[in-house]
Amino acid sequence: MSWTGKILRVNLTAGTVQSEPLNMTWAKQYLGSRGLATKYLVEEIDAKVDPLSPENKIIWATGPLTGTMASTGGRYTVVTKGPLTGAIACSNSGGYWGSELKFAGWDMVIFEGRSAKPVYLSIENDVAELRDAGHLWGKTVWETEETLKKQLQDPLLRISSIGGAGENGVLYAAVVNDLHRAAGRSGVGAVMGSKNLKAIAVRGTLGVGNLVNPKEFMRVTYEKKKILAENGVTGQGLPTYGTQVLMNVINEIGALPTRNHRDVQFEGAKDISAEAMATPRKTDGKKHLVTNQACFGCTIACGRISKMDQGHFTVQNKPQYWGASGGLEYEAAWALGAANGVNDLEALQYANTICNEQGMDPITFGATIGAVMELYEMGVLTKEQIGVDAKFGSAAALAHFAEITAKGEGFGKEIGLGSKRLTEKYGHPELSMSVKGQEFPAYDARGIQGMGLGYATSNRGACHLRGYTVASEILGIPVKTDPLVTEGKPGLVKAFQDATATFDAAGICIFTSFAWTLADVQPQVAAACGEEFTLDNLNLIGERIWNMERDFNNRAGFTSKDDTLPPRLLNEPAKTGGAKGHVNRLGDMLPEYYDLRGWDADGQLKSDTRERLGL
Amino acid sequence: MQKTLHINPDKCTGCLQCEMACSFENYATFTPSKSRIKVFDFHHTGRKVPYTCTQCDEAWCLHACPVEAITIDQMTGAKVVSESTCVGCKVCTIACPFGTVNYVQETGKVQKCDLCGGDPACATACPTGAITYVDANWTGLSKMQAWADKLGNQPGAA
Repeated sequence: MSWTGKILRVNLTAGTVQSEPLNMTWAKQYLGSRGLATKYLVEEIDAKVDPLSPENKIIWATGPLTGTMASTGGRYTVVTKGPLTGAIACSNSGGYWGSELKFAGWDMVIFEGRSAKPVYLSIENDVAELRDAGHLWGKTVWETEETLKKQLQDPLLRISSIGGAGENGVLYAAVVNDLHRAAGRSGVGAVMGSKNLKAIAVRGTLGVGNLVNPKEFMRVTYEKKKILAENGVTGQGLPTYGTQVLMNVINEIGALPTRNHRDVQFEGAKDISAEAMATPRKTDGKKHLVTNQACFGCTIACGRISKMDQGHFTVQNKPQYWGASGGLEYEAAWALGAANGVNDLEALQYANTICNEQGMDPITFGATIGAVMELYEMGVLTKEQIGVDAKFGSAAALAHFAEITAKGEGFGKEIGLGSKRLTEKYGHPELSMSVKGQEFPAYDARGIQGMGLGYATSNRGACHLRGYTVASEILGIPVKTDPLVTEGKPGLVKAFQDATATFDAAGICIFTSFAWTLADVQPQVAAACGEEFTLDNLNLIGERIWNMERDFNNRAGFTSKDDTLPPRLLNEPAKTGGAKGHVNRLGDMLPEYYDLRGWDADGQLKSDTRERLGL
Repeated sequence: MQKTLHINPDKCTGCLQCEMACSFENYATFTPSKSRIKVFDFHHTGRKVPYTCTQCDEAWCLHACPVEAITIDQMTGAKVVSESTCVGCKVCTIACPFGTVNYVQETGKVQKCDLCGGDPACATACPTGAITYVDANWTGLSKMQAWADKLGNQPGAA
C-alpha cells in the first residue's frame, strides 16, 4: 500500500508521544503529504486560530512514494497555519529526512500544544520520545545537526530543525534538514519555534516494503526514470546548470523582477547566473560551483554545491564558511540579487548561506530587503534608523541584514516581519511585493500573465510552486502559450494547480513535471498504492486538495478581495523587454477562473462543487 | 571473463538509488540501512563516494570464518555468505580491512555484496554511471580513454 499506516501524535504541552493508525479513508481521498496532512490540520484546528499560539498544530508528512525507488521519492512537507500569511502553510523539502521518517515506520508526525521548555523529538523506528533541547537552543541548524550526531554517536541520523530565525520569531523562518534542504516558505519554522520545538532527529531501519505490486512498480519506475534522463530539461539543463539555468532566460524576456519590481530586467543578471557560477573567478581563479547534488532518490540532481571566495569581504577570517555548501538556486539568487539590484555573486552566496544556517526563507528575506532599499532611497528609512547605507545594489547592506535578521538584532527585528508588515509600519503598504502577505518569487507577472493569476489565487500566498505556468508560457511544456495573452490562462492555471497538488501529495518533486505529466505519475502510484488510483482519480484528488486549502483560507477570513496583486503590477507598465508597456490583466482572468473552479463571486465554494469533490 | 563493480565518485550525485536497489534485491524492501553498498557524503568538499566490497582475491573474511560460511562463486568471483551456515560470530567483520562485511541484527547473520549473482542491482539503478559492472581486467579503460582523447586532440601530433 506504500503508506506505513501509522502516525505519531506528539502533545508538547503534556509531553506525550502516541502512535495512532492512519485514517485510510482520508489517505485514499488525499493521497499523502501535502493533501493528507492538510486534511488532518483542517479537521483538527479552528481556521481562525493564532498561528503562533499553542492551539495551532504543525505536521511533518511524507507521501506514498516517499522512500521508494520512484525518482525524486524523498519529499516531505511541513503543514500548519502560517504566521506570515494567516493562510494555510505547506512547505516542501527534499534531502534525506522525509524518506528516513518513512523508513522508521511513520507516515507523519503531528505536533500539538507548546512545550514549556525547548525540546527535540527523537525517533528510532518504533521508539519516539521528547528530550530536553536546552543545550541546542541558540544553536544554528548546522550546529544542531553536528551536536546531535556527536552526542548520540550516530552519524546516520537525519535531522529537521530550526536555527536562529525560527527561535527568534522571524515570520518567514524555515525548517531545514540535511544542512541545506528547506521547507522554506510561509514561516513554518516560526511555528516550530513558537512551540519550543528545536528539532526532529530520525533514524529508520524498517524500510518501505508493502507495495501493492512491487514487480510492476520496479518496471514502471525504471521506465519513467528513462523519460527524465532523456528529457532536455531534467536530463541536461537542470543537472548541468541547476534551476539557475533560468536567470538569463527570464531576464532576456523581461520578466526578472528587479529592484522591488521597479524594473523587469537586471543589468547584472549575467553576473549572478548559472554561467557565472561555472566561470573561474578573477580573484582566485576558482569556480564558484563545485558540483551538483541529488536529494534522496532523485535521478535529476539539480542541487548546487558551491565554494565561496575566501578573500571576499563577507567571509574573510570566517573559515566556517570556506567549505562546500548549498546554493545558489535560481529563486535565492534572484531574491537576494536582482530584487535588490545586487550583482555580487559571492555576497548572494553568503546571504544564502546565512539563510541555510539559520533557517530563513531567502525569497521573502530578499524581497523584504528590496522593499527596505526602496524605502531607503525614498528617504522614508534613514541610515540613522537602520544602521547602514542601504541603496539598491549594496552587497554590504544585504550581508549585514542577513546576519541581524536571523539573530533578531536591531532593525533585523523589523525585517523579520516580512515586507507587508514592514511597509505598512512606514506608511507605504503598496511597496510590499506580495499576495496575502507572502512575497513573490522570481517571475514578473506583467511579462507572464498566467503567473499573475496563479499568484493571486495561490493558497499559501504568492508562490511559484503552486502552479508553474512558466513551464507553458515560457518553456513550452507541455504546450507553448503566449505569456502576454490572458485568454486560456484561467484553465491553464487551474490545470497546473490541481496537477501540482497531486505531485506534492504523492511525495515526489514537482521538477519531474518538466518531463512527466500526471499520466506518468499515475502508474507509479497505482503500482504502489492500488489500481483505484486512476488518472481521473488523481486529477480529482488534486482538485480536492486545492479546494480544501481554499475552503480553509475562506474560513480563516480570506475573501475574493485577497485574490489580487500589488498596484505596481496592475498599474505600472513594464519599462523594457518583451512585456514593455504591459501590466498584469488579472481582472480579465479572475472571473473565468472562479467559474471554472465552481466558486461564487466571493470566491467561496458553491455547494455543488463541495458535493462533487466530497468536501 | 570475470567482471567487477567499478566506482567513479566524480559521477555520484548522492541519490541513493543504489542503496534502495540493493536492499530491494536482497530483502524486497526499500531499506538503505540494509544496503550492502553505502554512499558517503563529505559535505565540506561536496564529494559523494559509493563504497562496497571489492571481492579481494586474498579474502580475509573467508579465511577468518570458523564455519566456512563464506565461499567463492566461481562464475563471478564474488565472496558469498551462506546464511544457513553463518553463525553470526562477526569475526569476518573484524577481519575485513575495509568494513564491507556487516552484521544484520534482524537475521543474526552477516551480509556483504555478492554481485547479485552477476547482475548487480546497484549498477543497474545508478542513473549517472558512477557505479558500473565492467571487465575486471579493464577497470582503467574509461580513464585511459579520456586521456587518450586528450592526446588525440593535440594539434600537429605527427
